[in-house]
Amino acid sequence: MKTLSITILLLVFSLGVAAEESMDLQQANFDPEDRASILQGAKTFVKYCLGCHSIKHIRYLRIAKDFNIDDKKVLAEVAPQGASIYDQMHTAMNAHDSAKWFGVEPPDLSLISRSRSADWLYSYLKSFYTDPSKPLGANNLIFKDVGMPNVFWQVQGEQKAIFTTEDDGQQVFDKLVIDKPGTMTEEEFDTMINDLVNFLVYVGEPVKLERERIGKYVLFYLFMFLLLAYLLKKEYWKDVH
Amino acid sequence: MKVNRLTACGNWVLDRFPLTKLWNDHMAHYYAPKNFNFWYFFGSLALLVLVNQLLTGILLTMNYKPDAKLAFDSVEYIMRDVNWGWLIRYMHSTGASAFFIVIYLHMFRGIIYGSYKQPRELIWIFGMLIFLCLMAEAFMGYLLPWGQMSYWGAQVIISLFSAIPFVGDDLSLWVRGDYVVSDATLNRFFAFHVISVPLVLVLLIFLHIVALHEVGSNNPDGIEIKKYKGKNGIPLDGIPFHPYYTVKDIVGVAVFLIFFAAVIFYMPEMGGFFLEADNFIPADPLKTPEHIAPLWYFTPFYAILRAVPDKFAGVIAMFGSIAVLFVLPWLDRSPVKSIRYRGGIFKKALFFFVISFFALGYLGTQPATPTLTIFARVFTLIYFGFFLLMPIYTRWEKPKPVPKRLTKSFSMEGFVPEVKSVIEEMTIEDKGFVLFGSSEFKRKPNPEGIRNVLFRLAKKIKTSLE
Repeated sequence: MKTLSITILLLVFSLGVAAEESMDLQQANFDPEDRASILQGAKTFVKYCLGCHSIKHIRYLRIAKDFNIDDKKVLAEVAPQGASIYDQMHTAMNAHDSAKWFGVEPPDLSLISRSRSADWLYSYLKSFYTDPSKPLGANNLIFKDVGMPNVFWQVQGEQKAIFTTEDDGQQVFDKLVIDKPGTMTEEEFDTMINDLVNFLVYVGEPVKLERERIGKYVLFYLFMFLLLAYLLKKEYWKDVH
Repeated sequence: MKVNRLTACGNWVLDRFPLTKLWNDHMAHYYAPKNFNFWYFFGSLALLVLVNQLLTGILLTMNYKPDAKLAFDSVEYIMRDVNWGWLIRYMHSTGASAFFIVIYLHMFRGIIYGSYKQPRELIWIFGMLIFLCLMAEAFMGYLLPWGQMSYWGAQVIISLFSAIPFVGDDLSLWVRGDYVVSDATLNRFFAFHVISVPLVLVLLIFLHIVALHEVGSNNPDGIEIKKYKGKNGIPLDGIPFHPYYTVKDIVGVAVFLIFFAAVIFYMPEMGGFFLEADNFIPADPLKTPEHIAPLWYFTPFYAILRAVPDKFAGVIAMFGSIAVLFVLPWLDRSPVKSIRYRGGIFKKALFFFVISFFALGYLGTQPATPTLTIFARVFTLIYFGFFLLMPIYTRWEKPKPVPKRLTKSFSMEGFVPEVKSVIEEMTIEDKGFVLFGSSEFKRKPNPEGIRNVLFRLAKKIKTSLE
């Protein structure tokens, strides 16, 4: 019996060792309360991403309301020309065409931050490198052979991946280096990507801040309710022995 | 005396409907043992969660569209454009997981205190039918958001039917209404999820409670309180369910709601356990996700399914792991009900069963690598061993003598001085002990005291298992 017990307990503890871990991600420094960063991210999104990707589950009006900005200001600063405040953020690109050009239709990004983590998005957007063997001239470390080109090459500069050859002839990734500098410094670029990720996280669940704000009151009420319920129970039960 | 109109109206109804009798039979004059501990909260909590699911479910159907083209977007529409839609949706999704947590704890209570044993076998069987219904309800409900995991989870589980010889393929085709999970499947699952299964569920819960109130509740001592009645025919150890247990259950409800609200407002995804990350991607019949896992409450059974090398045998093992619970009242040959008076073998067996259940639950969420499959096989054996060897080991062991009357019940308040003294033993006084950089404490941890407490705990566990 004793040996059996010990074997079973050992089995349980060795379970943790058997589980595997995958690749490291860089950490995004997102802050859902940093309104300036999210708005900057929205502008970056419209400039660099909206050409191909929709975020059909958000309206410009929602952004205006959530950040307490005037409708006209959102239309002027964030939305592309000609958009109405009630519009959802749709791309102008035809899905049929884009599927032909890129192999797949660029996905809607409304919920990308909930299916992928913020860290994943941050690392992904920073991990494009030049790869002439690809039809669009770029590959990605995090998402190998992705159909998306590096849309940031002008600001980021040309990034190259350095591979080292192992003894057995296998190519192992070493590091990413900026080959030709872009119009932004590395820090500026990191901030831009961080703002963009921050915006995508906001878009994934616009109600997040609101729900956390309400949650405090709900929990406070429930603790008060618990106190009263407990006192009531104690009063009723005092004659039960 | 002149009766006013309202009372007259009330009396008119009472003359024609046995409301007073119903109330007395099931609440005011239903005598429950007075020593219920916290394990006994989960029955009423299950009812609360059921009501939550029904109400939020009805509200969700008002904006949800059971259509393969619209379903996913309609859920996001509820989350964003419907007023308070996010709250209702999170209450429903968290409620589904909460339902299973509460039901698993409720069933575990039944196992430790022998509530399934004679004369309560039928209550247990109704309960198991409720559990089956709940699994069907959760499985079909999970298809409705039409995300990748909804779609592929349903695809995998329905394809299990095709493992049945001869009729398998036709059967799974009949269940899906198509060759793959499609709009037809979504529509019929919606119909089952919102009408058929809830109706059956409510009916079964009614039967469960009627059967319970016929024989009376079990208790942590596993003693029949009806054996010792006072002159007035009331069990000496019984107290009326109302008001005693109604006010006590309200405390349980408050504690439950605190946890429930904390999840809804602060971690609705629960780290991917309540809402899976892949389910935020719309269903795509052409793109199989790398790793398909059901939601956490099915993973123990899913792990058993995968542990068996042959598909059909796996299906049988999976259904067997649930079916074996139905015959539990007849597998247990021990003369005593409660774990308090059982011998050590049952306690050890139960301990390993709980470990294997959790381990299988974890394994079901992981990809089936060869090493993990071996683990799953071992734990599957332990799972079945607990039940199938029960007729043998429960006869072996020597139970302790069972008292005639209920023992004193523990009260949570009683623990307060005990906890206080343990904390005092584990720490020593030290002015201005700083922890976490900012907080200052008057006492600091005492390694010797902690060691003593841990040794005592280990010894206590060991003796309780003997």
